[in-house]
Amino acid sequence: MRFDTIIIGGGLSGLVSAIECARAGQKTAVVSAGQSALHFWSGSFELLGQAGGETVIDRPLDSLDTLPENHPYRRIGSERLRTLLSKVPGMLSDAGLKSAGSLDRNHLRLTPLGFLKPAWLTLGDYVAFEAGKPLPWKKVALVNIYSYLDFYPRFLAYGLEKRGVECKMAAVNIPDLDTLRKSTTEMRATNMSRFLTDSAVDRLAAEVNKVAKGMDAVIMPAVLGIYSDAPVECLRKGVDVPVWFVPTTPASVPGVRCQLSLRDLFIRLGGEFLPGDIVKGGEFEKNRLRRVYTVNLGDMPLEGDNFIISTGSFFGHGLIADIERIYEPVFGLDLNVKGGRTEWYRKDFYAPQPYMEYGVTTDKEFRPSRKGETIENLYATGALLAGFNALKEGSGAGITLATALHVASRITG
Amino acid sequence: MMTLQQQNISDNNFESCIKCTICTVYCPVTAVNPDYPGPKQAGPDGERYRLKKPLFYDEALKYCLNCKRCEVACPNDVRIGDIIQSARIKYGRHRPSLRDSMLADTDTVGTMASAFAPIVNFTLGLKPVKLIMDAVLGIDDHRTFPKYSSLKFETWFRKNAAPSQDKFKRHVAYFHGCYVNYNYPQLGMDFVKVFNAVGIGVRLLDKEKCCGVAKIANRCVKDATRDAEINLRSIREAVGNGCDVMLTSSTCCFTIRDEYSHVLKLDNKDVRDHVSLATRELYRLVDEGKVKLVFRKDFHKRVAYHVPCHMEKLGWGIYSTTLMKMIPGLDLVRLDPHCCGIAGTYGFKKEYYNYSQAIGEPLFRQILSEKLDSVATDCETCKWQIEMSTGLPVENPISLIARALDVEATMKANGVE
Repeated sequence: MRFDTIIIGGGLSGLVSAIECARAGQKTAVVSAGQSALHFWSGSFELLGQAGGETVIDRPLDSLDTLPENHPYRRIGSERLRTLLSKVPGMLSDAGLKSAGSLDRNHLRLTPLGFLKPAWLTLGDYVAFEAGKPLPWKKVALVNIYSYLDFYPRFLAYGLEKRGVECKMAAVNIPDLDTLRKSTTEMRATNMSRFLTDSAVDRLAAEVNKVAKGMDAVIMPAVLGIYSDAPVECLRKGVDVPVWFVPTTPASVPGVRCQLSLRDLFIRLGGEFLPGDIVKGGEFEKNRLRRVYTVNLGDMPLEGDNFIISTGSFFGHGLIADIERIYEPVFGLDLNVKGGRTEWYRKDFYAPQPYMEYGVTTDKEFRPSRKGETIENLYATGALLAGFNALKEGSGAGITLATALHVASRITG
Repeated sequence: MMTLQQQNISDNNFESCIKCTICTVYCPVTAVNPDYPGPKQAGPDGERYRLKKPLFYDEALKYCLNCKRCEVACPNDVRIGDIIQSARIKYGRHRPSLRDSMLADTDTVGTMASAFAPIVNFTLGLKPVKLIMDAVLGIDDHRTFPKYSSLKFETWFRKNAAPSQDKFKRHVAYFHGCYVNYNYPQLGMDFVKVFNAVGIGVRLLDKEKCCGVAKIANRCVKDATRDAEINLRSIREAVGNGCDVMLTSSTCCFTIRDEYSHVLKLDNKDVRDHVSLATRELYRLVDEGKVKLVFRKDFHKRVAYHVPCHMEKLGWGIYSTTLMKMIPGLDLVRLDPHCCGIAGTYGFKKEYYNYSQAIGEPLFRQILSEKLDSVATDCETCKWQIEMSTGLPVENPISLIARALDVEATMKANGVE
């Protein structure tokens, strides 16, 4: 089967480049080996939260020179980064997701443990504060769902009270969730979101109102709106004070929503999404990748003019570590791994870990190589790339999105 | 040399589970039935306990549809559905009931019902009979039974098609399945029509038994294994004669390719890749330029394609949709991937009927929201469920192609006399 562009990996990076290719009229396929790391998403995209040991608030794109020279951001350059990333809110909106944020100034998102962390874009219904200003509330109610264990109001209260917000903690219940509670293991955000629809939301709103009186806002765990905005809008309409959400322990409702919305947008644009399939390897002619073989499609390969590999880092199985070595399992691409196992990590758990920066090395067009030979029509994007520590920098989503958009725009010319 | 880790990996990768809970998000049962512990708990989590002591087996595993959507979603390639099915077989304490054995034994029931088809169809449609079956057997009286055909496909084939197959140079073997044989021979006729039109002869297997999916689901494992062994023998013989085996049912195909080895523990490695779906093979032949399809100009239809769960697991929906897109007059609507809820014999059972309909509800709603002439799908039980629940006719893509094909022009284009 022939395509213009074939994307290996159906997470955030793969879907974003796939959407761009399909939008440009290319015949595009995505091969996705199971669901992606988006299912762990907080509801916020980070661009750059830390540089040179300092928290970045203003003009994150001007702080790039503190990053290593080979960092993906520096290779794209700040001007082009701005052009590429300014497309993201529009794409999310096309997929049906509202977001807010600016490339010129980070805002602060509220983490589930009550910390404030810099972020670039946050989904419309999630708690985000303007940096450098007092918090906009005096009194909030932290409203959990009764017997839901993956939401920690005390941590949130600790974080908010330090910043002068009086917090009231409450748990509400509606009979619609009683049945779900029968299996104690199943009282999860995503499961609740499948029951919290239609009239159940009205009942929930009535319960929330009982504890929301006199409050400036209600903060709730993200347990609504897995398939659409409708339940969230309905709850906000039914509750007398503004309702905001904080992400929960995975699987994450905003994450699943984002994954499915982007996938659906890609399919609406005519793309082929192959779920639950694994690319086993490919055939090269000279330095070009001609076709890839998958587990499900067997002896019928996918042929393409261009390929993008967005298989993630260790967590997404884009990189595999065994006792002796670290490798890229699809094509055996060249990596920046140095030394043996003892060099991969530092004993201080909180120190920047060398393995976090491991990934596929590429030329300036993000084309990886095998045994030193660049593959002319294969591009790598997202967490699979070498040369950054997303955790320390607070840069994971930005790199994922920027490299995907950069590569897609090169391919679609 | 195998590493120590490799030697300790189980058949179904259950050690690879990182407890991420992603499978639970995509389980159609969890969304409607809180009595089901969910795929993570029923699968890898529960397995750890069961390996310690079988008494940890939870009868609620019976609610699993075996749709395998958990496996498609799993980022770590854990065969969650296989773990659950294997546990039901290994630890299930109740023997299959009379009703379950009847629903599972499609060959015996089908043979009998075909012999008296008009009476059986009439009787099964009567409200009093349905009420009795509901009360005595536990087959839900809301369920519409598929009609039985008085002419079995095999009988039709031997009489009408077999004599003319020798003239073809190449042949495929057709595993028609119980549904085509006892209920809907037209699909088999359509398959023969399409393959003959492009110059490929059709043979039947020496002996064909039910693929076994219903017996596996109802834990009649001994019978399923016996049937599977007969099928594998026939498939080996056909493959030995140079005939690949084609199916028009995604579930039968999936069962023979994957459930035989994963659940029944039969070795089918030698023939697995020779067992394929008709749409996949037809697509391959067209794509490689080996055959041409010429379609009628007066065919106009707006059709929505539903990917059956086992088709999603096979990963071959793309072949059916790509073929349908080749039909110039066909306006193809893609439906969201969603289980229809019937899961073979599951939706016939009184205790599951309401869950079955609740699971399929979003799919039915989407189908009814589109202005469609019909729905296409590769699975017969999805067909029953969607027809009963939406009132729209449902066809196999092969039947659609047969209907849209300009047979004479296609024969000419492929040099068939």
